[in-house]
Amino acid sequence: MTGARMTTLAQLRGSIERIETHSDTYAPDRVSLGHAEADAALQGGLARGTMHEVFAEGRHSAAATGFVAGLAHRVSAKRPLLWIRQDFSERECGALAMSGWRELGLDPRLLVTVRAPDVETALRTTADALACDALGSVVLETWGDSKQFDLVASRKLTLAARGSGVTCLLLRTAGVPVSSTAETRWIIRSAHSPPFRPWQSWGVPMLDVQLVRNRHGPNGQWIMEWKCDECVFRDTSAHPQPVAAAPANRSHQTSARAQRRAS
Amino acid sequence: MFDADPVADTQVLTDIADWCDRFTPLVALDLPHGLFLDITGCAHLFGGEAALMEQLCAALSRQGFIVSAAIAGTSTCARTLSRYVHGRIVAAGEEAKAVTSLPLFTLGADEAIIRGLRRAGLKTIGDVASRSRPEITARFGAEFTTLLEQALGQSDAPISPRKPLPDYIVEQRFAEPIATDGVITLTLAKLARTLIDAMDRQGKGARRLEAAFFRTDGAVRVITAETGLPVTKGEVIDRLFRERLDAIADPLDPGFGFDMIRLSASRTEIVVQQQRDLDANVHANDELADLIDRIAARIGSRRVLVYLPVESHIPERAMLGVPAQHHLAAAMQAAWPVREDEPPLRPLRLFEQPELIDVPLAEFPDKPPKKFTWRRVSHNVVHVEGPERVSMEWWRSQEAKPTRDYFRVEDEAGQRFWLFRDGLYGEIRDADDQAVSPQWFVHGLFA
Repeated sequence: MTGARMTTLAQLRGSIERIETHSDTYAPDRVSLGHAEADAALQGGLARGTMHEVFAEGRHSAAATGFVAGLAHRVSAKRPLLWIRQDFSERECGALAMSGWRELGLDPRLLVTVRAPDVETALRTTADALACDALGSVVLETWGDSKQFDLVASRKLTLAARGSGVTCLLLRTAGVPVSSTAETRWIIRSAHSPPFRPWQSWGVPMLDVQLVRNRHGPNGQWIMEWKCDECVFRDTSAHPQPVAAAPANRSHQTSARAQRRAS
Repeated sequence: MFDADPVADTQVLTDIADWCDRFTPLVALDLPHGLFLDITGCAHLFGGEAALMEQLCAALSRQGFIVSAAIAGTSTCARTLSRYVHGRIVAAGEEAKAVTSLPLFTLGADEAIIRGLRRAGLKTIGDVASRSRPEITARFGAEFTTLLEQALGQSDAPISPRKPLPDYIVEQRFAEPIATDGVITLTLAKLARTLIDAMDRQGKGARRLEAAFFRTDGAVRVITAETGLPVTKGEVIDRLFRERLDAIADPLDPGFGFDMIRLSASRTEIVVQQQRDLDANVHANDELADLIDRIAARIGSRRVLVYLPVESHIPERAMLGVPAQHHLAAAMQAAWPVREDEPPLRPLRLFEQPELIDVPLAEFPDKPPKKFTWRRVSHNVVHVEGPERVSMEWWRSQEAKPTRDYFRVEDEAGQRFWLFRDGLYGEIRDADDQAVSPQWFVHGLFA
């Protein structure tokens, strides 16, 4: 084979490799959640620079807020967090309270919130913010369903997130999942506090976490606890107390609607 | 025939003053019918004083106004002249000569004073000026003497401009009016570069910028943009105004086109040149500030918030949301109370208005509820902790607010609430001094 042909071949191989790395074998940076089984399902952790969706029924909004705040803290790594929310969401689920934020072990100094009058502004602001790589993550919180959350909008957000490496987290309270380009999709409910003795304190954040869509791994459902001191999610079995109630709590009957639409 | 409408007259006069901003930034209203323009140092831009006056008067006459103008060393002298004759320009030092022969009414003094002077046989300003000042003051008051001196150019008459003088102004005039978006943005970008050059020479950065669009038919539209950190880059200004123009509720209407665009920095700050450290932390904060400026330009600075701790034990007062544009640095340094090694005692989501819940009458009045209804859903309480008693800050309000007893509560579905009873039993009394059983509220939700 002559030298010229060899070069051409090498060039072609190179361009094929480039195309492939761009689409399929795109390997983002992953951050472990701390929960062993969930991390295994996620191939090592939550991918940075992509979009993740978190859904919750209206009455579980606070649990979902806690989950998103935890995820944002994990992926942000001491960088500022921009929390964009719709005005209506604040009326419905309450405003973020900094004293509670602090008690979850999170840092209010790194939080900037934006109150958007409508979904359109919120989406636009999110896309703008995702282009700013000084941020660690951007959270977009909305209430209910909206026509604007179509495939085009989610594609835009995904591309913006990939371009800058900033993670985009959507918190969709009382929303129904539609097709999107999200890397993962979660459904969150609050879970019981584990059994405790009368002298023990209770009330650490316990979440019933359901992973209903995962582009690069299996789905799953776990009961997680947010450890306020270490700022990680943990399995409840790691808890020193007996957890008899946990399996009964995986309320398979309640999420039927959300699951069906999600697939 | 129409009735006189002083309010509308003032509005028209203000609009004309806006339009006059193109000649000088110092324009003052002289109600009810006059305007003062301080054209010191501006005349040469329009080809001299005479040319400026001609241009101004021609434009106003075209709009159907009757104009009478004069240029003089003091504002009072010019006003006096313009009340008698149109188009006089008085050279420096010749004010006294110019007004000597004018009748007294042109001074604009009180009617009674003019009548008194005329009765004394003094018909012109020159007549009055020839009398000794103490004599005039004794008879007609010091105010009139001051007015006279100002008209004669013997003392200065300062004007009070409508707007503070911007620190830096750059503008672009067009021989042919422009109307397309492309040209407008290009012009703004070019002006931004010029403005930055001018500020950069003196080590300044802009905190507040104003873009004024002068339409050919006289309408003026001013758009302002504020920034958190002093801006020293033309591209940043350009981007800010793009966002702003994109988001304004009533879009810029070019009509028959703009014949002038002016960009001014109305508030500037000295820029401290910082050495960038290698971990680029300072740089990252700048980028965040830029982003905040852009979002604020689009939806308003009161919608982009950072939080500062407040020393108060009342839950809803423990934090303060402040505009991120102005308080970003303070918020990043804020000292929040240290977390205690316990499960969260404060909710993650707090309702601005605590929401009333329905509690069936408890068997023990002071006990937390076993069951409650919130938003038409009934919840059975499984775990309770409390009360945490919070008394209101009596020094803040006139009427004493009831003490609150807070309870952390978990229901059978695992949802955690923060409830409170507004007042102790027997604390609240109605008009007949009968004890009213206090109401229950949900104030927040735990994760």
